[in-house]
Amino acid sequence: MDFAFTEEQEMIRDTAAAFLAEVSTSEAVRRAMATEQGYDPELWQRICGEMYWQAIHVPEAHGGMGLGYIEVVAMMEQMGRYLLCSPFFATVCMAGNALLLAGSEEQKSHWLGQLCERGLTATLAFNGGSRIWDASSITATYRRTGDAFLLNGDYRYVIDGHSAELLVVAAREEGSEAEEGISLFLLPADSAGVGRTWLPTMDQARKQAAIQLSDVSLAADALLGEAGKGWHALAQVIDLAAVALAAEQVGGCQQLLDMTVDYTSERVQFNRPIASFQAVKHKAADMMLQTEVARSGVYYAACVAQEALVGGELAAELPEAASVAKAYSSDAYFAVAGDTLQLFGGVGFTWEYDVHLYFKRAKSSEHLLGDGAQHRERLAALLLDQENVS
Amino acid sequence: MKLSFSAEDERFREEIATWLNQNLTGEFARLKYRGGPGDEHTYPQERQQWEKKLAEGGWTCVGWPREFGGRGCSIEQQVIFFEEYARAGAPGRVGHIGEGLTGPTLIAFGTTEQQQKYLPGIVAGTELWCQGYSEPGAGSDLANVKTKARFDEASNKWIIDGQKVWTSLAHESDYCFVIARTDPDSVAHKGLGFFLVKMDQPGIEVRPIEQITGTSEFNEVFFDGAECDASDIVGAPGDGWKVAMGLLGFERGVSTLGQQMQFQNEFDQVVALARENGSARDPVIRQRIARAHTELKIMRYNAMRMLSGQSGSDGSLQKEALIYKLFWATWHRSLGELAMDVMGPECEILEDAPYELSRLQSMYLFVRSDTIYGGTNQIQRNIIAERGLGMPKEPRMPAK
Repeated sequence: MDFAFTEEQEMIRDTAAAFLAEVSTSEAVRRAMATEQGYDPELWQRICGEMYWQAIHVPEAHGGMGLGYIEVVAMMEQMGRYLLCSPFFATVCMAGNALLLAGSEEQKSHWLGQLCERGLTATLAFNGGSRIWDASSITATYRRTGDAFLLNGDYRYVIDGHSAELLVVAAREEGSEAEEGISLFLLPADSAGVGRTWLPTMDQARKQAAIQLSDVSLAADALLGEAGKGWHALAQVIDLAAVALAAEQVGGCQQLLDMTVDYTSERVQFNRPIASFQAVKHKAADMMLQTEVARSGVYYAACVAQEALVGGELAAELPEAASVAKAYSSDAYFAVAGDTLQLFGGVGFTWEYDVHLYFKRAKSSEHLLGDGAQHRERLAALLLDQENVS
Repeated sequence: MKLSFSAEDERFREEIATWLNQNLTGEFARLKYRGGPGDEHTYPQERQQWEKKLAEGGWTCVGWPREFGGRGCSIEQQVIFFEEYARAGAPGRVGHIGEGLTGPTLIAFGTTEQQQKYLPGIVAGTELWCQGYSEPGAGSDLANVKTKARFDEASNKWIIDGQKVWTSLAHESDYCFVIARTDPDSVAHKGLGFFLVKMDQPGIEVRPIEQITGTSEFNEVFFDGAECDASDIVGAPGDGWKVAMGLLGFERGVSTLGQQMQFQNEFDQVVALARENGSARDPVIRQRIARAHTELKIMRYNAMRMLSGQSGSDGSLQKEALIYKLFWATWHRSLGELAMDVMGPECEILEDAPYELSRLQSMYLFVRSDTIYGGTNQIQRNIIAERGLGMPKEPRMPAK
């Protein structure tokens, strides 16, 4: 048992923080979020060329750095802190994990190779517009036509869906229900029949799109994993993405807490820094509690996620760990963001101060991949429902 | 960062689990799950016998260095010990104050004579301790101690006068460590002394406090010319606060994993009840149970972080340690509320007259003390904000 970052992991985290402090300034975030693409392509190339973040947990055999999910989580925490606008989350934590878990050697070699070599961008699309991010949210369908597949249907809330080069899409065999009949496909975004629409979002620093598939024809080699049996892998991919997102939320909490302590220590009212009032201190203490508890949950989930990626003994605990981390971190981030806005007072309500960027990210990340209530219901089913007791 | 234990540690786990399985039987079987916080008034004699049994097996003071009679266990092994102890449902330890507080204090600050005089009785499970910190006027303002100690040259003894309160196990204990003012003109944390006082003497009277539960595990202790030897002060007169604060630092959080296992037992009872009485189908109850589960699960890993990290060399706590008391106390209090709401109207019905509470009813009432003792939630938030976040202290009124 050694539940702390190794020296190497600390170094990776600190290097990431130093780099992000330089490149992901408030001005840079605001510039990127004002564009439809949502990120600075030159910065993405720098991240991929100089920092090699896109390759962090890709095995060395496929051109990656061969590190693990704990490192991914450490980086996501820092990206959340600095609100980095980049295709990292959708590419590495969604599509990348789908390739790692479900891809054939050939698919991995080709696409992960592209990712590591030149920073290919990718994303994952599965939800047709449901508030519940489970198998029932998949409404797009496929039909077998000989060796090929014909796909039709819609997706919403696809992160970077309008800009990504490669789409990993989930579709269900016509007539199938729930967790049955689901397949994953690799779909280059410029394929015939793919319609992509940018959806303007309240949180401008994370872009979403709608995707429409109209008679998209895919050859057999586009299938990721086994036809009709894709849910198991997809569920793991969603959980891994939820863990990464929870880490981003912890980073956001930490940044808000630091901003709050700095601001309330400088702001003087009644001839005292307002940080000396217990009404302010106690709120800040609650914010720190939620931040640290969320962090403990995320580090636990990161350890489990790593085991899930390599088939370790704790792999089966992934659904529980992901829900624990995502439920707590989602609620913590929104609470901390709301308290930050309150403690900043009037200036927290302005466009000029950065508080609103985090306040908006807190809500968008809360609902992405399921909010606290959804994840708690999933945990409740594991604990309370006879038929679900394994 | 990893979660698993080494093979050697797993063998240690098997050793303690087996010992408990073989020894928590016969006359001791009825002590299972008894004597924890809120239940410390039960089976005092039997639990003293159990303490001796543990000592025979070498299972007291497992974290103390071997030279002081301990087992010299690593942090990992201590974690395992406390986890297995709680998992087996072994009873609340009557010796926990001596083992967790007095011993480490004497090892750090005591004279060789004090160590030789007091440590063996703690290790053997034969001498029990209680703590004399709080006073009627010294609760959250712990340094506002009024109890006085004056040195009597003629008898070569310290003479103690005053009153302590919220002293658990006082009526079972052989000794009490007492903070008292050695300099009558001093205020706050200056001019205090830390004394080792024998309980069985004419100058000490113990009066039980009847609690919200109708039971008594806390007491008032009155000192009226109580005596202790010149050699029974730890550190010099005036060092009392330093010793007392050092003592609080010894609670490193290892035993909290055992406490969590106890929480898990209570939580499991609530889950079983919810399934049994159908409240598990209520969507609001489902959310609350899942929330409690989420936070209990994280509590374990927060403790793991505490134990894996390095505290500052100045004894300062890491952030995850600073928030821990506020976190678990608040969690436990809401578990009590959840337990009653899962029971529904049945939560009102007692086991028996005049005031016989079920375990969950007793838990629900007792956990109200968790957010008060050991630093109230409000004091905890001050500590977190001031030490953890470096926010300024509240301006203070001048001392009178």
